[in-house]
Amino acid sequence: MKKKMSKSARNGFINYGLVIAAFFVLRLLVGAGKLSNSLQSLLVPACCYMVMAVSLNLTVGILGELSLGHAGFMSLGAFSGIVTAVALQGAIPSVPLRLALAMVVGALVGALGGVIVGVPVLRLRGDYLAIVTLAFGQIIKNIITVLYVGVDGKGLHIALSNEALRLAEGGTTIIKGPMGAVGVTKLASFTAGFLLILITLMVVQNLVNSRSGRAILALRDNRIAAESVGVNVIKYKLMAFVTSAALAGAAGALFGLNYSSTVASKFDFNTSILVLVFVVLGGLGSIRGSLISAALLYVLPELLRSFDIAEYRMLIYAVVLILVMLCTNNPTLRSLIEGLKEKLGSQKAVREGKGGGANE
Amino acid sequence: MSKLERPRTKLVPVPTTNIIPERDADKTPILECSHLGIDFGGLTAVSDFNMAIGRTEITGLIGPNGAGKTTVFNLLTKVYQPTRGTILLDGIDTHSMNTVQVNRAGIARTFQNIRLFSNLTVEDNVKIGLHNQIGYGMWQGIFRLPGYWKEEKVAHERVMELLSIFDMQDLADHQAGSLPYGAQRRLEIVRALATNPSLLLLDEPAAGMNPSETAELMENIVKIRDTFQIAILLIEHDMSLVMGICEGIAVLNFGQIIAKGTPDEIQANPAVIEAYLGKQKEGE
Repeated sequence: MKKKMSKSARNGFINYGLVIAAFFVLRLLVGAGKLSNSLQSLLVPACCYMVMAVSLNLTVGILGELSLGHAGFMSLGAFSGIVTAVALQGAIPSVPLRLALAMVVGALVGALGGVIVGVPVLRLRGDYLAIVTLAFGQIIKNIITVLYVGVDGKGLHIALSNEALRLAEGGTTIIKGPMGAVGVTKLASFTAGFLLILITLMVVQNLVNSRSGRAILALRDNRIAAESVGVNVIKYKLMAFVTSAALAGAAGALFGLNYSSTVASKFDFNTSILVLVFVVLGGLGSIRGSLISAALLYVLPELLRSFDIAEYRMLIYAVVLILVMLCTNNPTLRSLIEGLKEKLGSQKAVREGKGGGANE
Repeated sequence: MSKLERPRTKLVPVPTTNIIPERDADKTPILECSHLGIDFGGLTAVSDFNMAIGRTEITGLIGPNGAGKTTVFNLLTKVYQPTRGTILLDGIDTHSMNTVQVNRAGIARTFQNIRLFSNLTVEDNVKIGLHNQIGYGMWQGIFRLPGYWKEEKVAHERVMELLSIFDMQDLADHQAGSLPYGAQRRLEIVRALATNPSLLLLDEPAAGMNPSETAELMENIVKIRDTFQIAILLIEHDMSLVMGICEGIAVLNFGQIIAKGTPDEIQANPAVIEAYLGKQKEGE
């Protein structure tokens, strides 16, 4: 069994290899001073978006359910991660440990959000998940916009206005309603982002190539057949969706701790769609595609900011998404491509046939 | 092929009005349906389905198009909830079970229009059939704990063993959707067998197969019954298959069982001839 590695396992190792290679190349570039400051500042968020794309791919590509509120889980993770990091500032001085804890809390809160959305909605068939996650993203954004969170000697205080917080002497307000989280110490590092990508790859790839992952893939391919062989539909839908939400939460925590201030409106519908674009353009179900398209599509527009078209980048994204959808689902185009493939195949066969004749 | 001569099993009545093979008579029938029926709005698809299947019986369910044969399968596997009547699986009432629970209780099926996980490999298709016999959970899978390696190895061996029924071991790495039609039908049977059923429902297993493939399939169905000691209920239009291997045959017409008996009895039954076989005989 060991001598022959399955195709999916080989693909998995290639993905790890790509990420590790990219990490060290970028590390060298940074060390040699070949990377501009603005590019360096993109490293951590790019890692976050790569994790976002891979995790959304678990829901959209591997489970086959459309989610339009992935940024909502990122937001949950970001703010719970920030709160954790600030609240533990005194207790745990070690930055890596605090960052790791913040990401774990972010993942747990993200997972909790996933359960709350998933339990009622994943029982339904059809596009309900898309509608509900769309609403969920908006609700999270609006709730955090009016939320005040502070910490003092007695613990966490949560309220709907600054006055209602009633912090004791020496307490700090972490989330200030519409202003978001301000005055956050930046804990995130490129290495942390790199490790998070590796962990995400491990979770998603190992999950897919296990008993649970096969069940999830079976649901996507044929729900009725999956049920007929005893696969519990709701359990595995929920497993994929919650795992995806947890990873988004961890990515959110890292993202939030990369900036000194974060506002809830950063994680709006556009962000959800942005991640969905990464997934769709990278190829549904293709982990490597998600990694590459997220990295490229996140960094390129940021580079384009210096040009005039920067304002239109969301418009360009939308148009590209629509075009990709239309092209991949267009029957004439599909049959055209299939026909071309067949033609090439038959030509090849003819050539091989001729070759065989000559040999005789 | 000699062992595939028409079985001369004697059918005896069980406590209900149903009949099962004599050798299974001392055990509870694996399946007992009484007055089973379903209405879709005003349409009665199955009105009064009564049937018992012995533990190791190969039963045929035949009937003209639209008689409700596949609907019966969907009722047995709870794709539809019956409007009336009871299904006893090994003496246990299944009325509160859903599709997944019915499968765990011992019914596995194939589909008339093939439903494979066509983007996955043949091996993965069968492994999904083994889903409930593989014990490790999500975390063991993600962290590749010892349980994962151990159980995956056992599962792999079991898959190969099951595939060997149809000599399909070489196809293990192929994508299920890319297999030829006959192989897809066989793979569906293997996948159903992987769930370790006590009753296997085959919905037109020979559809689209050529005569030699059908002959091979007949041999294999009997082999499966003999190896696994399970009951098999099959819907089939190919009369050579039905008359060749089925011990009991039930004839469904307009949602109602009009006859059950041995192949000889069915062929001689005037009601059956009128409903179904009369036309068939002229052709032969």
